[in-house]
Amino acid sequence: MTSLPETTERALGLIIDLDTCVGCHACVVNCKEWNTGGYGAPLADVDPYGAEPEGAWLNRIHTFEVSPADAPASIVHFPKSCLHCADAPCVTVCPTGASYKRSEDGIVLVDESMCIGCGLCAWSCPYGAREMDPVENVMKKCTLCVDRIYNDNIPEEDRVPACVRTCPSGARHFGDFSDPQSNVSQLVAERGGFDLMPEMGTAPVNKYLPPRPKTKPDCGSSTTPVSVQAEVGGFLGWLDRALEKLGQD
Amino acid sequence: MHPAISVIFFTVTSGAGFGLIAMIGAGMPLPGGLLSAFLIPALAGGMAIAGLVASTFHLGRPERAWRAFSQWRSSWLSREGILAVTTLVLFGIYSLIWMVTGERLFWLGLPLAICALLTVYATAMIYAQLKTVPHWHTGLTPLSYLAFSLACGLVLAGSLGGHLHPGSLAAGLSFFAILIAWLVKYLWWKRAHGSSLAASGSTMETATGLGAIGKVRLLERPHTGENYLTREMVHVIGRKHASKLRSIAVLLGAGLPLLFVFGVWMLSASTVWLVFAFVSLMAGLFVERWLFFAEAEHAVSLYYGGPEA
Repeated sequence: MTSLPETTERALGLIIDLDTCVGCHACVVNCKEWNTGGYGAPLADVDPYGAEPEGAWLNRIHTFEVSPADAPASIVHFPKSCLHCADAPCVTVCPTGASYKRSEDGIVLVDESMCIGCGLCAWSCPYGAREMDPVENVMKKCTLCVDRIYNDNIPEEDRVPACVRTCPSGARHFGDFSDPQSNVSQLVAERGGFDLMPEMGTAPVNKYLPPRPKTKPDCGSSTTPVSVQAEVGGFLGWLDRALEKLGQD
Repeated sequence: MHPAISVIFFTVTSGAGFGLIAMIGAGMPLPGGLLSAFLIPALAGGMAIAGLVASTFHLGRPERAWRAFSQWRSSWLSREGILAVTTLVLFGIYSLIWMVTGERLFWLGLPLAICALLTVYATAMIYAQLKTVPHWHTGLTPLSYLAFSLACGLVLAGSLGGHLHPGSLAAGLSFFAILIAWLVKYLWWKRAHGSSLAASGSTMETATGLGAIGKVRLLERPHTGENYLTREMVHVIGRKHASKLRSIAVLLGAGLPLLFVFGVWMLSASTVWLVFAFVSLMAGLFVERWLFFAEAEHAVSLYYGGPEA
């Protein structure tokens, strides 16, 4: 049924730390690797070794440049996958009931055997979290590795989404956002976790942590280059003054 | 948005078909006789069905299309499917009675007309419901779909019933129907002009949540080639000739049909000539619908450098 559950017992999701992500794409690759052999049909590629390779991926990393008004620009690597929204428009638009949100843990899934590949769910998602599989012609999306997190056949430390398990910089965290004591809820509170495009009214579960403020060069700290400091003492100061006296270059 | 030919053909043709069904159901004067009772419903039903069949061409798994009838509680696409089938079944019964008894039952025709218009409304709501496409997210979208559907139905019904009422009410009604439909479309275009993604509050800064730090610019895409999202929703090529195409749409869809209809009306000519107005109107609507998709900005484009990138 494509009506949304009123509440979910838990709200499982991810935290993406934009401060620590180094943009290595390891999470993207491990996501593809796990999900091409796990839940549902394989994640297909078309022309993978040819001139125009493309395919379905559940996680992608964009790279942005942010320019503050009073400081040099900085680079932010920006991983993006399904945010498992509480008010997920992709679920309610589905005409077949293939798209659904689980009441037990809030994971948004696609039952691929019911999907007609109309693409309306992808149109309704502001985040670009859904991609049509080019071979199976059904909609693919992040499952939060539902076939890992409850899997008793793998070691306990592996029972987290593949992207979280593989991230070498610890930029991804997995947990229950409905529990205020959980690791993810506390991280959101500590670091000011935020929603993407809150104006869309989707109430995403996944949260992003902002990059920490950078030290600014003009703050008079020890990072200020020697050449711009007003009065320099010692040998360098003497040399500076002596050379000045020889006239301008 | 990518202007898929199957979806353009679907919305225009089935819109006209359901418009004609509504006119038949509402009791527009039409020729009697068995042949008319067969051919006119075949034309109306044929257009509606041709459009619906075309819409299944853009499905990845058309063999499962029947599943789309199940989620009417939440999904406009599902409601559209159910309403279309209900209308066609009612229309089949109505047409059979017409063929057998030669009578057009008004008490059956009225609910039929209502169902036909509700189908067009549901079609438009598939697009109007999407918050991700601010151009479409307005009550003017179903209004313009309905107005065009009614105009097509009126002009076509007028031309079919031509010899019954030369220079008749049908031509006058058609004139105003076309005029009103384009007036609604003008309002839609006017609103669209001021309802870009940015105007509705979505920018690369809100998409990334980095606005508090500064101005955001895309440095590198996640992938070197295209993907489903960029082909389907970050389509920008169509906007290049938008203003020229708008002129063509208005000329074919409004100018010529109004001229034909006005001539027939004033000269008291047979409304059979309205068929030319219908053909021109349909051609104009194909261009109008192409622009409806091609000009629409989708929120996901903000992750790919913005709608103008």
